Amino acid sequence: MTLKRTAEVVVIGAGIQGCSIAYNIAKSGLRNVVVLEKDTICSGSTGRCGAGIRAQWGTEMNCRFGLAAIEKFERLQEELGMDCDLHQGGYLVVAYRDSEFERLKESMRLQNSLGINTRVVSYAEAREICPGLSAEDAVGFTFHDRDGHADPFLTTFAYTEAARRLGVKFLRFTEVKAIKAVAGRVKGVETNRGDFDAPVVVNAAGGYAQHVAKMAGVDIPNFSERHEILITEPVEPGVCPPMLISFSGNFYIQQRPNGSMIGGCSPEGHPQDYGLGTSWNFLEAMSRTFVKLLPRARGIRVARQWSGLYNMTPDCQPILCESDDVKGFFLSCGYSGHGFMFGPISGELLAQQILGQKPRIPIGMLHYKRFERGELLVEPAVV
Amino acid sequence: MAVAEKDEEIIICRCEEVTLGEIREWINKGYETFDELKRVLRVGMGPCQGRGCREIILRELSAKTGRPVSEIHPGTFRPPSKPIKLSLLAEIGDG
Ligand SMILES: Cc1cc2nc3c(=O)[nH]c(=O)nc-3n(C[C@H](O)[C@H](O)[C@H](O)COP(=O)(O)OP(=O)(O)OC[C@H]3O[C@@H](n4cnc5c(N)ncnc54)[C@H](O)[C@@H]3O)c2cc1C
Repeated sequence: MTLKRTAEVVVIGAGIQGCSIAYNIAKSGLRNVVVLEKDTICSGSTGRCGAGIRAQWGTEMNCRFGLAAIEKFERLQEELGMDCDLHQGGYLVVAYRDSEFERLKESMRLQNSLGINTRVVSYAEAREICPGLSAEDAVGFTFHDRDGHADPFLTTFAYTEAARRLGVKFLRFTEVKAIKAVAGRVKGVETNRGDFDAPVVVNAAGGYAQHVAKMAGVDIPNFSERHEILITEPVEPGVCPPMLISFSGNFYIQQRPNGSMIGGCSPEGHPQDYGLGTSWNFLEAMSRTFVKLLPRARGIRVARQWSGLYNMTPDCQPILCESDDVKGFFLSCGYSGHGFMFGPISGELLAQQILGQKPRIPIGMLHYKRFERGELLVEPAVV
Repeated sequence: MAVAEKDEEIIICRCEEVTLGEIREWINKGYETFDELKRVLRVGMGPCQGRGCREIILRELSAKTGRPVSEIHPGTFRPPSKPIKLSLLAEIGDG
């Protein structure tokens, strides 16, 4: 294959972020876009995630992103021409402490003011939404019916295929090793398969975003944490219609449309060694959570377990901006545990910024300089 | 038992009901590794993790790419090696 050696835009990383950014740029008319991926498409965090989608957030920024993302997911098949297996059974958020429930209600008022119809539900109503739910020890619940989940692979491939039709090139097994910059402007990248010149380079390298930023001489405070997850054999639908989630209870559980149940939680010790191993401890702890919450799931078998990286920032909100230090170098990373759901909207907004348009949701607050300035936007509602 | 009309209609992955035709279609679109086919078609993601379909898919990949089967990455097997009941896993820790 002969590689096009110059591009208008080089995107580093073919996860949901890189693929959505590339598609959105091409859709706006820049066709010479190249996506460089060191492995295969969707092999990073995106292909390992729970793929939950929600608007029940605690900061205004995340609420706006969450709602806009849901609106995009609802029309994604129409836009991209491929079914992404969206399921909107809502998120049922479970609070186990009074202070936690108070905070959820405060977040709910913020959500309501932004057009997100989250409501408090009683235990009886929670059991109508999720029959068989056992949560006598919970103090309260909130529910938003448009939340849900999708298939992370199909969503990413839908973007890839749509982008290809617009002329975007995807190069697999192509690892960026260095970023070229002259006089504060990005000039291109060096890879294991040769150099690419481009006036715009986008860092969408997921768990490795801090390494890629460093190649451009840009320091970001991101770090990567391993999170584990499991999936069961498929069973009849209706075992867990909503996404069950709790921040103090430390779990999320959902059932995919094919009947498989997925569950995850925050890891013990928060490992940051970039490993992708799995542990017996997680399997045991997660299984205990499943049977406690959904006693009728006792006989369901766990089919597989795996892990992936959360690319974290100190406030659990992403970095989405152009670098001040190296012009033409853009960043879309640090999504913590919610970079899948934001992919459709963050890709659109960053494409607008790259093309010199005004992003339809202001993203100025997501610049990495906020950490230096101490202007953190801490998101409390994370697992 | 119904007999498939053409090769293309033969079900290769029984867990996820994927046909040979679908596998060939996505290989032709450039999904040329086992892991990529797994992600787009769910082959090997069912309870048997590809015990029934892996060999056939690797042969198809070999036919398309010209590389011998032995050189094609067979994809990742995930633990547990056999499905285990949630109740059993939950109770082990209590014992
Ligand atoms: C267990 C788990 C559960 C999760 N659950 C959810 C959830 O329910 N909802 C949600 O929204 N999010 C969830 N997330 C988070 C979500 O997966 C991520 O935020 C999101 O996938 C990030 O997408 P990305 O495109 O930035 O990164 P990635 O998908 O990791 O893509 C980055 C790509 O860059 C490539 N790359 C890296 N360095 C280089 C280089 N030097 N050269 C070339 N390529 C390079 C990598 O190979 C990778 O493919 C979860 C994550 C995990 C691990």
